[in-house]
Amino acid sequence: MRYMTLYKPGIENEMPTEKEMAAVGQLIQEMAKAGTLLLTDGLQSSSKGARVKIDSTGKFTVIDGPFTETKELVGGYAIINAKSKAEAIELTKRFLKTMGRGESEIRLMQDAPAFDAASARPSGKASQKPRGKSAARA
Amino acid sequence: MTTSDTHRAIDAVWRIESAKLIAGLTRIVRDVGLAEDLAQDALLAALEKWPESGVPDNPGAWLMATAKHRAIDTFRRTERIERKHEELGHELESLQELAVADLDAALDDDIGDDLLRLVFMSCHPVLPREARTALTLRLLGGLTTDEIARAFLVPEATVAQRIVRAKRTLSERKIPFEVPRGPELAARLSSVLEVIYLVFNEGYTATAGDDLVRPALCEDALRLGRIVAELAPEEAEVHGLVALMEIQASRLRARTDPTGKAILLLDQDRGRWDQILIRRGLSALERAEKLRGANGPYALQAAIVACHARARTGAETDWRRIASLYDALAAVTPSPVVELNRAIAVAMAFGPAEGLKILDTLTLEPSLKGYHLLPAARGDLFEKLGRFDEARTEFERAAAMTRNARERELLLERSRAHSGDSPQ
Repeated sequence: MRYMTLYKPGIENEMPTEKEMAAVGQLIQEMAKAGTLLLTDGLQSSSKGARVKIDSTGKFTVIDGPFTETKELVGGYAIINAKSKAEAIELTKRFLKTMGRGESEIRLMQDAPAFDAASARPSGKASQKPRGKSAARA
Repeated sequence: MTTSDTHRAIDAVWRIESAKLIAGLTRIVRDVGLAEDLAQDALLAALEKWPESGVPDNPGAWLMATAKHRAIDTFRRTERIERKHEELGHELESLQELAVADLDAALDDDIGDDLLRLVFMSCHPVLPREARTALTLRLLGGLTTDEIARAFLVPEATVAQRIVRAKRTLSERKIPFEVPRGPELAARLSSVLEVIYLVFNEGYTATAGDDLVRPALCEDALRLGRIVAELAPEEAEVHGLVALMEIQASRLRARTDPTGKAILLLDQDRGRWDQILIRRGLSALERAEKLRGANGPYALQAAIVACHARARTGAETDWRRIASLYDALAAVTPSPVVELNRAIAVAMAFGPAEGLKILDTLTLEPSLKGYHLLPAARGDLFEKLGRFDEARTEFERAAAMTRNARERELLLERSRAHSGDSPQ
């Protein structure tokens, strides 16, 4: 199955130290070697971004960054292959341990390839059953 | 955390750590069966302790440490028995020294090398093909015997027996725990790649249907392939195989319609192709090419599927390049099926008459007798040339050969389309 993890460091505009960068680099390499990491990147400061909203009348509002609610700001993402949510959690723990702070949100991806949706093995783990829609497609 | 949460976490830790654990232990105890037993013991200990104590901060290290203690206990026990028999061998003595003095170092160093040794051992040609596959999935893929059995549609007892026998054979034949060198390496590596691709195809060609387990094999194979590619980064064909699998897998969700009916490559919605996997596949292919290994059979097949992956529409497909890649593939691994595919590519690149010339040479090929894709391809080319009578005959012949009902229907439909045409 394919999961996206969204990392929220809880702070913003703090450049990672060289040591942190090296540790993350090594972790990324290890995960790539284990065949679990498909894609990852960090996001730059929210001051370089914007928020675009639409209201019920169809009117747009554009708000330039930076944004104040730093706790909710996504600092990076990873797309990983995992056999189960439990494995995604384990892999995320390793990442957070390296980072030493913040939180990650783990989400099962919607439009995963058919084999991904199918990979939740029906071995009595009810909570890991794929959603009906994808299962029907596979 | 509830007990079942903990069990799921343990499952996950096992999935992530078991191969490294077994590889490290095999180096120490020099017996893959014993190594797996020790690792399993550690797993049992975790199942006992973690629901109470919680999952440790570094679960991998916990399992390692526990297995190490079991290993030492086993050595001591064996040593006592050996002493009793006054047969204390040198080998065991040195193993014991290693075990006590350098166990930590032995386990922590070069875990990558150990994993690669384990890959070569599991795929050793001394084992029958099914055994290699089962053992590899079990030791390196972290799959349970039950999962392997369901994926390959055989009884669990059969898989269990294959694994037991395989481990016994490895031990009896004293297969060394090492990475082969020199001239042996190429043959041994191709056995490894064959096992991985076999797993992939088992998942890839599984008919879409009720069974949701088999397609997961594609994911297992991809993961194994990526692992081996990083363990043996200098081997071009490993990257070739990974490229081939990533790109083929990128089309998984596009190749069947909602009812499960197959959609041909050129009719697929390319917007549904998985761009992440395509990107990974193309970069793996680039790695193979940089190692000047673009002439291996996997890299060539990868280069062919890459041509399709790069084309934004079917019409943009570089058929000339595909035809020349098939020329190269036919030179490396000549086979009637490669020749058939080459003919189709040549027909697309240089016109149906050119393709037909190649197909004509195959009609007497004994191994293609009963292979419905040959008359189907001929029918297609006759049709393109306006030779409808011959096309109809070929489609009918193909329909009679195929065992797939849907395919038969499609072929008969194509043959009926020309039933009113007069001969040329």
